[in-house]
Amino acid sequence: MPPSTSSTVPVTRPARRLPTNWVGLVPFALFALLFLILPTMNIVLGAFQTPEGGFTFENIRGLNTPQIRAAYIISLKISLASAALGCLIGFAVAAAVVLGGLPRFIRSPLLTFSGVASNFAGVPLAFAFLATIGPVGLITVFLKTQLGIDLRMLGFNLLSFWGLTITYLFFQIPLMILIITPALDGLKREWREAAAILGASRLQYWRMVALPILFPSLLGTLALLFANAFGAVATAIALTGSSMNIVPILLFAQIRGDVLGNPHLGYALAFGMIVITGVANAVYIVLRARSERWLK
Amino acid sequence: MTRLWSWGALAFGLIYFALPLIGMTEFSLKMRRGEYSFDAYAKVLADPKFQETFSYSVIMALVTIAFGVLLVVPTAFWVRLKMPGMRPYVEFITLLPLVIPAIVIVFGYIRLYNTSSWLPLTGSAMGTNILLMFGYTTLALPYMYRAVDTGLRTIDVATLTEAAQSLGAGWGTILARIILPNVLVAVLSGAFLTFAIVIGEFTMAALLNRPAFGPYMQLLGANRAYEPAALAVIAFGITWACMGLIQLVTRFSKHTRAQH
Repeated sequence: MPPSTSSTVPVTRPARRLPTNWVGLVPFALFALLFLILPTMNIVLGAFQTPEGGFTFENIRGLNTPQIRAAYIISLKISLASAALGCLIGFAVAAAVVLGGLPRFIRSPLLTFSGVASNFAGVPLAFAFLATIGPVGLITVFLKTQLGIDLRMLGFNLLSFWGLTITYLFFQIPLMILIITPALDGLKREWREAAAILGASRLQYWRMVALPILFPSLLGTLALLFANAFGAVATAIALTGSSMNIVPILLFAQIRGDVLGNPHLGYALAFGMIVITGVANAVYIVLRARSERWLK
Repeated sequence: MTRLWSWGALAFGLIYFALPLIGMTEFSLKMRRGEYSFDAYAKVLADPKFQETFSYSVIMALVTIAFGVLLVVPTAFWVRLKMPGMRPYVEFITLLPLVIPAIVIVFGYIRLYNTSSWLPLTGSAMGTNILLMFGYTTLALPYMYRAVDTGLRTIDVATLTEAAQSLGAGWGTILARIILPNVLVAVLSGAFLTFAIVIGEFTMAALLNRPAFGPYMQLLGANRAYEPAALAVIAFGITWACMGLIQLVTRFSKHTRAQH
């Protein structure tokens, strides 16, 4: 804030006008409360309630069935794998373009494309992959007719851990590129030069200077990508119908038709999702604040 | 050596991203046996269900954008002008939709606003539409707020407001004729992103049982072979157009600003 305004505030603005300031935030607060916070609180509370309204841990304990446990495990595995691979590949591509000596004109189209691809999720993304590596997709047919390789026989199935992971990467990698490119830009040339003058090899520079600086943003982005994959509903449903037992699909089916036979188990399931994405995002926020110390 | 690795990484990325796009385009052209044709597109575009759901989603997107702008611009303006201390809290709330999965939010809606609740929004089609619009606004909130707040950072809100006030402008005039035109580029960026998100949204619309484009695509995907690929190409085109428009308005504004 410019010094002129802050010095005039106490003089020109009488105290009686101050308490009305909060009125300007009422519409937003009301909206957030009614359509974001209360609905979420409702689910969280429902997870700890008996059908009669009393407090209980029974619903959370009820999650420990083979089906729900399997759903969480496969969901965690897919989210972790797609986040880790997305981080790795996204970092490689971003580093190649920012630091790897590629022509500068590649950068802008790459970022634009990343913006598009990271938003190209949901139902159409599933269609794109079905048309490519589905049972009669472009690559599947090409490999079969031209090279005699039958993906099916090799055990590859789009409706599987690897199928979903490969599909999710289509929005994970671009998101990583979008987030990590500014961080890579923030690596000052002086640091590399200083390291070189002190006799560091390239590997030592990366191991002892660049990576420690980037580490919080790398790990933070990993957490963000993880949450991103964990909450992805539409892609999974369009890809697999309801044949795959992962948490978002299970919850979707539960909301539609109470497949678990106990509404409160549904709340517990949703609560578990919030906890997992919440922890992942908390990690992201904390680590991002830490990384901003250096990358400014 | 480094350069070789760099080209390698870039090439890998290009192939991974190009193949599904080529795959869906090729597949969408294959409806007629033995030759490429636009039959799948013709079929999709002529489907009355497509026209209905698509226009429904377009209208929902426009209404969401209008409501989002009405909600976000005054709030961001007010926070910058009068309550800078509240900024971290407001920002935190606007980021919550990235943390809480959409499916959980809509689950809460169904529980809170069902027909036997104090505000039975899901009781009527119009009520559900409004509820869905609020849901979409929460989904767009992180992007919309960030865009507008960044836009406000580039102008001197306090001085502009005081100048307008000393000329006799009320809050409505200040917002509509001073602030909004100054952050128009940011608002438009947020709006196009909102459009891209809303147009194909599946989870909320499906669970609230509204005839939107996302659930239509999913249904078609479960029952047809070639039409879904055509839909994917169309959806990709829309996403691309939205992002392109964002780039365009941003570049255009830089251009006009440089001339002054």
